[in-house]
Amino acid sequence: MTSIASESRTAPAPKYHYDSGRRWQTFLLEFAKYAILIPLTISFAFPLYWMISSALKVDSQVFTVPPILLPYPIHPENFIEGWQVLPFTRYAVNSVVFYTVPAVVFTVLSSTVVAYGFSRLRWPGRDTMFWLVVMTMMLPWAVTMVPLFITFKWLGWLDTYRPLVVPALFSHPYIVFLLRQFFMTLPEELSDAARIDGATEFGILFRIILPLTKPALAVVALFRFLWAWNDYLGPLIYLRDQNRYPLALGIEQLSNRANDIGNFSNGLPYLMAVSTLVALPIIVTFFFAQRTFIEGISVTGLKG
Amino acid sequence: MAASTQKVSRYTPQEWRNLRLGLVFVSPWVLGFLIFTIYPLLSSLYYSLTRYDLLRPPVFLGVKNYATLFFDDPHFWNVMYNTLYYVGVSVPFGVAVAFLIANLLNSDVVGRSFFRGVIYIPSIVPAVASAMVWQFLMNVQYGAINGILRHFGLPIIPFLSNPGWAKPSLILVAIWAQGAAVVIFLAALQDVPRSLYEAATVDGANLWHRFRNVTVPLTSPIILFNLIMGLIVAFQEFTVPWLLTEGGPMNSTEFYLVHLYRNAFEYLRMGKASALAWILFLIIVSFTIVIFRSSARWVYYGGDK
Repeated sequence: MTSIASESRTAPAPKYHYDSGRRWQTFLLEFAKYAILIPLTISFAFPLYWMISSALKVDSQVFTVPPILLPYPIHPENFIEGWQVLPFTRYAVNSVVFYTVPAVVFTVLSSTVVAYGFSRLRWPGRDTMFWLVVMTMMLPWAVTMVPLFITFKWLGWLDTYRPLVVPALFSHPYIVFLLRQFFMTLPEELSDAARIDGATEFGILFRIILPLTKPALAVVALFRFLWAWNDYLGPLIYLRDQNRYPLALGIEQLSNRANDIGNFSNGLPYLMAVSTLVALPIIVTFFFAQRTFIEGISVTGLKG
Repeated sequence: MAASTQKVSRYTPQEWRNLRLGLVFVSPWVLGFLIFTIYPLLSSLYYSLTRYDLLRPPVFLGVKNYATLFFDDPHFWNVMYNTLYYVGVSVPFGVAVAFLIANLLNSDVVGRSFFRGVIYIPSIVPAVASAMVWQFLMNVQYGAINGILRHFGLPIIPFLSNPGWAKPSLILVAIWAQGAAVVIFLAALQDVPRSLYEAATVDGANLWHRFRNVTVPLTSPIILFNLIMGLIVAFQEFTVPWLLTEGGPMNSTEFYLVHLYRNAFEYLRMGKASALAWILFLIIVSFTIVIFRSSARWVYYGGDK
């Protein structure tokens, strides 16, 4: 869509040297900017702050007016106790082993090969077909939801992760789009030299192109991880057996307990603690890979 | 034989080899497209003409599902109203807010990547986790927002328990998770050449003129992109309304996908759900086409187009 936003490319400060009226106006504008930006940022941060701070409370600190902004004493044991209310370790294993990891590996491998075919090879009809790929990016997933469920039921795949990860073997249009953009930036001479040396196209892809596109692979792997980790509707449709639940469905189970206030103490702090633990890998990854995230959405408009 | 093929063929042998190789590489996508897009699209069209509960074989009904939805199901029009309300407010408003924030961040702001990070993070946090926090925050009895209001003696807001408040509340949550659009806008804004602003300033343009005549035209393709992607996502919003309000109170947040999910997976009305899916498909396609058509008048694609 647009070129990559880099941290370093901050806009230079406007250097206007005008009369004092102008300067007064500039000062007012600067003031207004932060007067909007700071409260806005606080409101954006508040829900997640509230999640983490409530995770450290006990019931008597939750049900107060006014609400307690800085809990004291804090109760970090909620993270362990909340995690043990339901088999969250199993849910985490399910999320990682059966869903996230295969989804990422399958999608990245298949999309790499497909993106190579749409960028580094020249063949008649290529661009027409790529236009179809772009069209499928806009296809509402709601349309295919029911028939795919019927098909997967017929295959006997209900209550397994297969409906969620097998389609990943067939590439993902957003990720193909993004990888294609990256592949096209590499000079054609790289491939030509290898072709003269008798390399096959697969060889060129895996030995020459991929080592040069590691950052792009990181971007797409990151986003695929995010989609699988955050997915709620997919598991909700396909998984019935609670032993197979991923974390997203586990949290929902816990919320049914937590809202049974009176019969279950510290339910809300536990719910907030587990929600924090599930959101944490995403937030931590963001801090370590902020540039990767920002580049990914800036290039294709990938959504979280 | 070989000679005759060559006469019919538009391609040289080399081109045939390239075509074969290209198709080998894109074959995962081609197969996926046939299995996970074309086949479901067509079979969903067929199921939409049947009554099908997964237990007994589908019974062909013709267009009865569609006719019932349109003429004999007040609930459908309520769902349609809810969805159009949600899309009609959350998408334009969300894009406008994202654009405003991106513009603020594009001026020389101290700690820009911090602000950007804080605004972006809500869009990548698992929707289930954020739904849990918002449900808690917006609770009438023990939610933080009402706790603060009550502390100052202000009237409380029944965010999720009042039919009039429920939709705006869910729109608020959607706008909170708009960070990706902010980042996309910010990247686009940074591509606007500084020289254009300087030239406009020399010509006496004030802040509003520069925004209206430089910023907006040069980022209009991205505005279009965010509008369309926002539209596609908003029409299919599921997780947050499902977890926060379950379609209530009084069906006020029974949005399209919630209704579709209910019909398919709670009532096992696969035929009706497929008809709903096709109607949604056609609605989204026509909205997209209308916006694209109108974009000729307001989107600026540089000098060459």
